[in-house]
Amino acid sequence: MMTRFLAALAACLAGLAPLTAAAQTGPLRIEITEGVIEPLPIAIAPFLAEGGAAQALADDITAVVRADLEGSGLFRAISPNAFISPITSFESPVQYADWKAINAQGLVTGAVSVSGDRITAKFRLFDVFSEAPLGEGLQFAGSGDAWRRLAHKIADQVYARITGEGGYFDSRVVFVAETGPKDARQKRLAVMDYDGANLSYLTDASTLVLAPRISRDGRQVLFTSYDSGFPRINLLDTGTLRTRALENQPGSMTFSPRFSPDGGTVLFSLSQGGNTDLYRMPVSGGTPTRLTEAPSIETAPSYSPDGRQIVFESDRSGSQQLYIMPAAGGEARRISFGPGRYGSPVWSPRGDLVAFTKQNQGRFHIGVMRTDGSEERLLTASFLDEGPTWSPNGRVVMFTRETAGAGGAPALYSVDITGRNLKRVPTPGAASDPAWSPLLD
Amino acid sequence: MTRFSLLFVLTAAMVLSACTDRFGGPGAGAAGSAAGSASDPSSPAYFQQSVGDRVLFAVDESTLNAAARATLSAQADWLKANRMFTAVIEGHADEQGTREYNLALGARRASAAQEFLIAQGVAPDRLRILSYGKERPIEVCSTESCYAQNRRAVTVLATGAGA
Repeated sequence: MMTRFLAALAACLAGLAPLTAAAQTGPLRIEITEGVIEPLPIAIAPFLAEGGAAQALADDITAVVRADLEGSGLFRAISPNAFISPITSFESPVQYADWKAINAQGLVTGAVSVSGDRITAKFRLFDVFSEAPLGEGLQFAGSGDAWRRLAHKIADQVYARITGEGGYFDSRVVFVAETGPKDARQKRLAVMDYDGANLSYLTDASTLVLAPRISRDGRQVLFTSYDSGFPRINLLDTGTLRTRALENQPGSMTFSPRFSPDGGTVLFSLSQGGNTDLYRMPVSGGTPTRLTEAPSIETAPSYSPDGRQIVFESDRSGSQQLYIMPAAGGEARRISFGPGRYGSPVWSPRGDLVAFTKQNQGRFHIGVMRTDGSEERLLTASFLDEGPTWSPNGRVVMFTRETAGAGGAPALYSVDITGRNLKRVPTPGAASDPAWSPLLD
Repeated sequence: MTRFSLLFVLTAAMVLSACTDRFGGPGAGAAGSAAGSASDPSSPAYFQQSVGDRVLFAVDESTLNAAARATLSAQADWLKANRMFTAVIEGHADEQGTREYNLALGARRASAAQEFLIAQGVAPDRLRILSYGKERPIEVCSTESCYAQNRRAVTVLATGAGA
């Protein structure tokens, strides 16, 4: 039963597979019509407060687990008001019939305890119609202010066990927080949880900053800063908030910095005499190595997950298009051939897709294509969508959407790579240039 | 079972030193240190208003049209006659483009203006270029009338040795 259910959900998740209706028998109800999936009903029992924990904390953790799973667009949490047999003990046997009766395909139970400043949250996941646990119970512990991370880790486990894919909830997003009118915009680097919680600012508004990227361990941020008066790439330590310029050749501008997968190398664009090419250098400093030599614009590079190739944009053909070349430079092959212009390519962490910005006939789109350029699919359309960044599991893309006109402002949005579940990512004000971290340790 | 420490301990404390935006901050492009009145032919105000401090470009282009070449020729004459000034040429793009491409495009536009001024006899060491991409629009509507004003290269004067 669960096998069939998993297979059906996996087919939905595959995204690139033709969207045909999944086989349905019995109580398993995953319907796909015109690319819209019916979310899977699951029961998330309110987590129990044990051993000194306040019920409010357990309720908060339950709410975050629920928001994560529902926010993925793949699950619908059944209202606890419909529950027939409330969970009163973490250890007591599950009355499967009571959960079948409300058509819960899965059941999540959990409990939270507190000792000093240490919170422990444990959970179990059950396949209701197979009447069996799905994986073992797990517990996570952390300091008091890390309670949201405990919830995200539980939700990641549930997501991963049911979909067979990695999760993406315990992750961070670095972005540019914007204030002020369009012709006097102020920009600051900020970082937050993937869902907008726990926001903090990394720079003040005194210097224009653009397009940050976050390292795999979350401890470093690369970005473009005008602190010298000219754009140049900087590296910021998220622990100390200290910043240093990586490159500063007089008469040149550097921007578009990207980490290599191992975090040791930075790819970037260097503009000299109006010509922009790609370079790389050690993050620790050193001499830049030139990777492209063309009179055209080469920018917005992104390493493949194995670090062996680079996808980038160039207008060497006369308009912005996407190219892939070896990591050491050399011959590049064009992969974008549709109408319009293509920019800001980002290689999926799974390695199979490139997300990009497409500009065509006055509209902007976020899209994905395979790394050979085939199977291009546009996920969004608006006045101005740009700058995709991948979720840790390669299933969701976050990007900037800017509205038109004098009062126009940017905001962060995310969309599933199937094109479903488009939604705004909550930020306190205008926001742009998101960069999604890998799953945290 | 699994224990983890909180890696992301971020404080909101700002340790970055405040930096002065040498180029006038938002809407940079006006000669911020304009001394003297526009009636004084050697004043930055005169340069800005009577000579013309900016040239405009077509969509996704960095080619100088006849009007741009005329303005830059007048700028070159003025710079050759007022040698206490150096200049930073700021390249800009309209909002219809991706952020980093527009940075590169702005650099291309600024460079086109710089090359023209050098060809007209302005000493190369008096000129630097800078790109703001689409970050500093002067017009805020989302139609071609505004975009045309934002696709620009602005010659911003400064005094002192070495631009």
